Amino acid sequence: MIVEAVLAVTLTGALLVAVGPDRYAAKLATVVSVLPLAGSLWMWTEYAGEGNALLESGEVAFQTTVEWLTLGQYTLQWYVGVDGISLPLLVLTTVLTTLALVSSWTPIDERQSQFYGLMLLLETALIGVFVSLDFFLWFVFWEGVLIPMYFLIAVWGGPRRKYAAIKFLVYTNIASLIMFAGLFALIFGLGDSITTLSLPEITQAVLADELGSFAGLEPDTLKMFAFFLLFLGFAVKVPLVPFHTWLPDAHVEAPTPVSVMLAGVLLKMGTYALLRFNFTMLPDVAADYALLIAAFGVVSVIYGAVLALAQRDMKRIVAYSSISSMGYVIIGLIAYTPHGLGGATFQMISHGLISGLLFMTVGVIYNATHTRMVGDMSGLANRMPWTVGIFITGAFGYMGLPLMSGFAAEVLVFIGAFQTSVVPAAPLLTALSMFGIVIVAGYLLWAMQQTLFGSFELETDYEIGPAPIHDVASIGVLLGLVVLLGVAPDLIYETIQDGVNPLVDFAGAALTGGA
Amino acid sequence: MNDLGTLPDWAGLAPALALVGTALLLFLYDMIEPDSQNNLLLAGIAGIGSLTALGFAGWFLLAGTGQPDRGGAIELFDGQLVVDAMALFFMAIFASVTLLVVVASYDYLAGRANQAAYYSLVMLAATGMAVMATADSFVTAFISLELASLPSYALVASLKQNQGSVEAGLKYFLVGALSSAIFVYGISLIYVETGVLQFGEVATALASGELSGVVGLGILFIIGGFAFKTASVPFHFWAPEAYEGAPAPISAFLSSASKAAGFVLAFRVFLTALPRGSVEGTLDWVIAFQVLAIVTMTVANFAALRQEKVKRMLAYSSVGHAGFVLIALGALTSEANRSFVLGSGMAHLLVYGFMNTGAFLVIALTEHWGIGREIEDFNGLATQAPFACAALTVFLFSLAGLPLGGGFLSKFYLLLAAIDGEVALLAIALVVNSAVSVFYYTRVVKAMWVEEPADDLAIEGYPSGLYVAITFAVVLTVLLLPGFGFVLEFTSTAAETVVPG
Repeated sequence: MIVEAVLAVTLTGALLVAVGPDRYAAKLATVVSVLPLAGSLWMWTEYAGEGNALLESGEVAFQTTVEWLTLGQYTLQWYVGVDGISLPLLVLTTVLTTLALVSSWTPIDERQSQFYGLMLLLETALIGVFVSLDFFLWFVFWEGVLIPMYFLIAVWGGPRRKYAAIKFLVYTNIASLIMFAGLFALIFGLGDSITTLSLPEITQAVLADELGSFAGLEPDTLKMFAFFLLFLGFAVKVPLVPFHTWLPDAHVEAPTPVSVMLAGVLLKMGTYALLRFNFTMLPDVAADYALLIAAFGVVSVIYGAVLALAQRDMKRIVAYSSISSMGYVIIGLIAYTPHGLGGATFQMISHGLISGLLFMTVGVIYNATHTRMVGDMSGLANRMPWTVGIFITGAFGYMGLPLMSGFAAEVLVFIGAFQTSVVPAAPLLTALSMFGIVIVAGYLLWAMQQTLFGSFELETDYEIGPAPIHDVASIGVLLGLVVLLGVAPDLIYETIQDGVNPLVDFAGAALTGGA
Repeated sequence: MNDLGTLPDWAGLAPALALVGTALLLFLYDMIEPDSQNNLLLAGIAGIGSLTALGFAGWFLLAGTGQPDRGGAIELFDGQLVVDAMALFFMAIFASVTLLVVVASYDYLAGRANQAAYYSLVMLAATGMAVMATADSFVTAFISLELASLPSYALVASLKQNQGSVEAGLKYFLVGALSSAIFVYGISLIYVETGVLQFGEVATALASGELSGVVGLGILFIIGGFAFKTASVPFHFWAPEAYEGAPAPISAFLSSASKAAGFVLAFRVFLTALPRGSVEGTLDWVIAFQVLAIVTMTVANFAALRQEKVKRMLAYSSVGHAGFVLIALGALTSEANRSFVLGSGMAHLLVYGFMNTGAFLVIALTEHWGIGREIEDFNGLATQAPFACAALTVFLFSLAGLPLGGGFLSKFYLLLAAIDGEVALLAIALVVNSAVSVFYYTRVVKAMWVEEPADDLAIEGYPSGLYVAITFAVVLTVLLLPGFGFVLEFTSTAAETVVPG
C-alpha cells in the first residue's frame, strides 16, 4: 500500500497546489514533495525484495495487484511494486523533485500555483513509470509524463519555448506509438499463452519461447521486428544519436528546475525501459545485434561530446554531454556482464544526480547574471564562492574524478564492457568510448576557466553577490550525494546487483555460451 | 415472456416516452404563455424530462430488461420497435447528452426569443434518436430518422437574426433532404427484392433467394444515408458548416447524440436486416465500411490540421471520430470476435458523447463571453478562466487519445478491434490519425495556456448552468478512464444482442 500512498499523496498535493493561491504554492509544493521522498526512503530501508521483478525467480517488494479491466482475453491490472532496479530510480525521482522544487523558488515568479502543481503531477507520473509492472498501466504513466512536461516547457521556458515544447511532444509521442506497436506485436504473437498484460508474465512467456507467429511473421522475425520497434521508441527518449535533436532544444528552453527533471529523470525512463523491455525480454535479439547497438552507444558518446565542444551556452554543453553519458549506459547494458548491467544502472543514478547538479548550478548562476554564455562573463568565483566551488567539484564528478559517483559508474561500465563476450571487438569499442570522457573533461575545464576565474567582468546595473542560501543548500545536498555514492557505491550498488544479476545469470550465460 | 414486472410491454419505451412527453409539455406551455422568457422553468422542464429518460434507461439497463436472461428483447407493434440492451444503452447516451445540452442552454439562451420552441425541438430530436435506437423495421427507421433530423434543421437555424446560423440551417437541410431521399431509395430497392420491411424478415428473405444486383445498389444507397447522418466522408460537408453556424450547444448535441443515433441505426440495419452472410455476392458492406472508415479518418484529420477556427476544427475532429467508430463496422470480418468489435465502437460512442459534448460546451461558454472564433482569440484564456480551460484541455487530450480521460481506452479498444478483425490498414490508419490529431488539439491548448492574452481579453461572469454541465462532462470523462470496465459490461451485453456469440 505504500506505493499507492506515495502516488496518492503526490497527486492530491498536485491538485491542492494547483488550485491554491500563488503565494503559498512554492513552499506548499516543497513540503508536499517531502512526503513521497520520505515514503521512498522508507521503502528503501524496508526493502525486502529479491532478484529481478520480471524474471521467474524475482520477488517484488511492496506489490499490489488489483484487477482493472478485461480486454478481450486479457486482464489489465493495477499492478505495482519495486525491485532492485526500479527502487534506486524511484528514490532518485523523489530526491530530485524536492531539490528541483527548491531551486524553482528564485526563477519562477509567474503563475506559480500552476507551475508547482504541474511539477508534482510530473513527479506522480514519473513515480508511476518506475513502479508499474503492468504494461498498460505503465503506458498510461509513460504518456502521462508528456502532458505536464509539455506545459512546463511551453509556459515557463525561454524565448523559443513553444517550438521546443511542441518538438518534444511530437518526437516523444511518435516514439511512444512506435514502441507501443512493438510491444503489441509481441503480445499478439504470444496469443493465448498469456492472460494478463503484466510485464513479468509477458517476459516469462517470451523467454519460454511461447511466441507464435503473428500477421504472417515467423516467431524469430516477429521478435526482431518487436525489438527494432521498441528500440527505436526508447532511443528517442534516451536519446541516442541520431534521434537526439529534440533534447538540446528542450533543455535550453526549459526553465532550470524542468531541465533538472528532464536530464535527471526523464532520460532515465528511456534507458530503464530499454533495460526492462529490450534487454530483459529479448536478450537473444540484443545479442544478435550487439555490435550495432554498442556502435550506437559509442557514436552517442563521441558525437555528443563533440557537439558539446561546439557550444557556448553552458546549458547546451551539459545537455550534449548528457547524450554522451547516456551512451555509456547503452554500452554497459549490451555487455550483459554483472558490472556492465549494474554499472549502467548505477550510471543512470549517478548521471541523474550529477546532471541535476550541473543544470541547477547553471541555473543559480543564470539567476544572478542572466546569461549562460561562456565568454560573456568571467571571474564569478570572486562573487559567488560557494556556488562556484560546488560547480567545479560537480564538473570534476562529471569527468569521472575518483571518489565521485561518476567515476564509480564509468569504471564499472568499462570493466563490464571489457569483459563481455557478447559484443565483438568489445575492448576496442570500450577504448574508443573512453575518449568521450577526455573530450568532455577538456572542454568543461576550458569553459569553467573562462567563466569562473580571472578578474570579474560582467556589465550589470546591479551588484552580483552570493546566491541565496536555499539554492546553495540544494546543490550542496546533490554534491553530497554524488560524493557519498562515489565513496561508498555499495550503498545502492548491492541493491542494483541484486536486480540485474539474475538477468546476467540466465541471459549472459546463454549468450556467452552461444557466442 | 419479457420481464418488466407488472408493467405492460410498452413501458419498455419509457425513456422515449419521457422525452416526447416533455416536448409536448413544452409546446403546451408555449401555447399558454407564448414567448415566455422564463428560462429557468423551461430549462427545468426539459432537464427533468431528460433526467427521467436517463433514469428509466439506466434502471432498465441495470435491471437487465430486454436481455436474454430476463425474457429477451421486447418486441412492440408487430416487431416494428424492439427494446434490447443496445437500444437502452444508446437511449442512455442520448438522454445524458440532452441533459448536458439543456443545462448548458440555460445560460446560452438567456434573453433570446423562442426559448420554448428551442427546448421542445431539442426534446423532439432526442425522441427521434431514442426511437432510432429501437427501430426494428425500415419504416420506423426512416420515420425516426426524419423525426430526429427535422427539428435539428430548425435548431441549427434557431439564431434567426444571425446570417451564419440561417445559412448553416439551409445547407444542412438541403444536404439532409437529399440524403434522406437517397436513404429511402435504398430502402425501396431492398423492398423490391424482398417485399418486406421488418428487419428480421428482410434478413430471412435475403437469405433464402437468389439475389439480384438491385440489393447491392440498395445497400450502397443505405450506406450513403448513414454516411450523412454520421457525418462521414463523402457526405460530411454539411458538418463544419452546420456546427459552426449553429448555437454551440446545438453543435454539441448534433455532433455527439445525432452521430451516435446514426450509428445505432446503422448497427441495427447492417447486423439484423442485412447481415453479411445473407447479402453475399451483392455488396460486401464490411469492405465498404473499411474504405469509408479510412477515408473519413484521414480526410477529416488532415482537414482539421488546416483549420483556424476552433469550432470548425472540432467539427472536423468530430468527422474524424465518425471514422474511428466506423472501424467497428469495418472490422466485422469473419475472423473477428464480432461482439467485441461492435462493443468497442459503442464504448467509444459513449466516451465520445461526454468528451465531445464537453468540448463544444466550453466553446458555448466562450461564445457566451463574446470571445472570437479563431484559435488566436483563445490566447491566454487560461489567465481569465482557468477551470474552463483545464476542462477543455482534458476534453481535447482525451479526444486525442492521451491518457487524461476515457478516450485513451476507447480508442485503444478500437485499435484492438481492428487487429482482432485482422484489418491491418484500419489499425494503421487509426494510429497515424491519432498521432496527427495530437497536433491540432494541442494548438488550442497551447493558445489557452501558453500564449499571452490580448490586451482587450476580458470575460464577464461565470454562468452557472454552463459550468455545471462542463463540470459534469469533465468528471465523467476523467472517471471513464479508471471506470471503463463498468461501461464495457454494458457494451458487451448490448453488442451480444445484435451479434450473438
